[in-house]
Amino acid sequence: MAASKKSDNTIAKYLPVYFALLAIAGAEVLLAYQHFSTGSLLAILLALAFCGGTLALRYFMHLAQESRGLFLTLIPAVIFLFLIMNMIWSDSFRLLRMRPFGH
Amino acid sequence: MSESETAMQGHGATMEASPYAIPSRKLAIWLFIASDAATFGVFLFGYGYLRTASVDWPTPFKFSPSILNVLVMTAVLITSSLTMLGAVDSAKAGDGAKAGRFLWSTILLGVIFAGLHIREWFGLIDEGVRLFQNPWGSPLFGATFFSITGLHLLHVIGGVVAIAVVARGFARGRLTPGHVETVGLYWHFVDLVWMFVVPLVYLLNLSR
Repeated sequence: MAASKKSDNTIAKYLPVYFALLAIAGAEVLLAYQHFSTGSLLAILLALAFCGGTLALRYFMHLAQESRGLFLTLIPAVIFLFLIMNMIWSDSFRLLRMRPFGH
Repeated sequence: MSESETAMQGHGATMEASPYAIPSRKLAIWLFIASDAATFGVFLFGYGYLRTASVDWPTPFKFSPSILNVLVMTAVLITSSLTMLGAVDSAKAGDGAKAGRFLWSTILLGVIFAGLHIREWFGLIDEGVRLFQNPWGSPLFGATFFSITGLHLLHVIGGVVAIAVVARGFARGRLTPGHVETVGLYWHFVDLVWMFVVPLVYLLNLSR
C-alpha cells in the first residue's frame, strides 16, 4: 500500500522537464520558419538542442545524481570526440568553393 | 543487500568493488551510451560535411505533412521517456503492476513513433527520394537522410524489443528494478539523440 501510494506521483515530479522539452521542440519549429541565415539558424537550433539534451541527461537519466567520477569519465571524453570531429569543416568549405557536387 | 551495496562491497572477498559505485550493468550502459553518442556524432558530422560542401542541397520538408509529423513524433518520444521514468520509479518503489503498465505504455509509444517514422519514409520515397538520387538536387541527400534516421529507427525498434523483454522478465520476477533502470537509460538516450536529429536533419532543410 505504501509502495503504491509512493508510486502514485512518480510522473508528476518530471512534468516540468517534460513540458520544457516539448516547449523547446515547439520553439525550434517556430524559429526555423523565421528569416535567419543558415549559420544563425544552425547556432540557435544547436543551442536549443543542447539545452534539451542537458535537461534529459540531468533529470531523465539522472546523471547529476551519479558519482562525479562517472560524470568526469564520460562527458569530457564525449565532448573531446565531438570537438576533434570539427576538423572536417575546412575541407568541407574548400569543397564548396570547388563545387564538386554541383550540376 | 541492495544492488548499490553489492556494487560497493562486491560479492565476496575476492571481488573488487565496482568502479564508480554503480552496478556493472549500469556502468556498461553508460559506456555504451557514450560510444553510441560518438557513432551518431560521426553520422551527423558526415551529414554536415556533405551539406556544407553541396551547392544544391535539397530542402524538401514542407510543414504538412513532414514537420507536423516530426512534431507529433517528438511529442510521442518525449512522452515515452516520461512513461519510462514512471516505470523505473514504480519498479524501485516495489509497484510491479504499475511498472508493467508504464513499460507497456512506453512500448506502445515506441511502436507509434516507428510507425510514423516509416510513414515519413514512404512519403519521401513516393516523391522519388532514393539512397543516391532525388528529384531536387544533391544525390547524397537520400544517403544521409536514410542513414541517420534509419540508425535512429533501428535504435527505437531495438529499444522496443529490449523493453518488452525486460517487462516480461520483470513481471515474472526474473529481472530486477535495476534492469528496468538500465533499459530506461538506453531509451532516454534514444530520445536525446532525436533532439539533435530533428533540428539538423529536418528543420535546416525546410521547404519555404
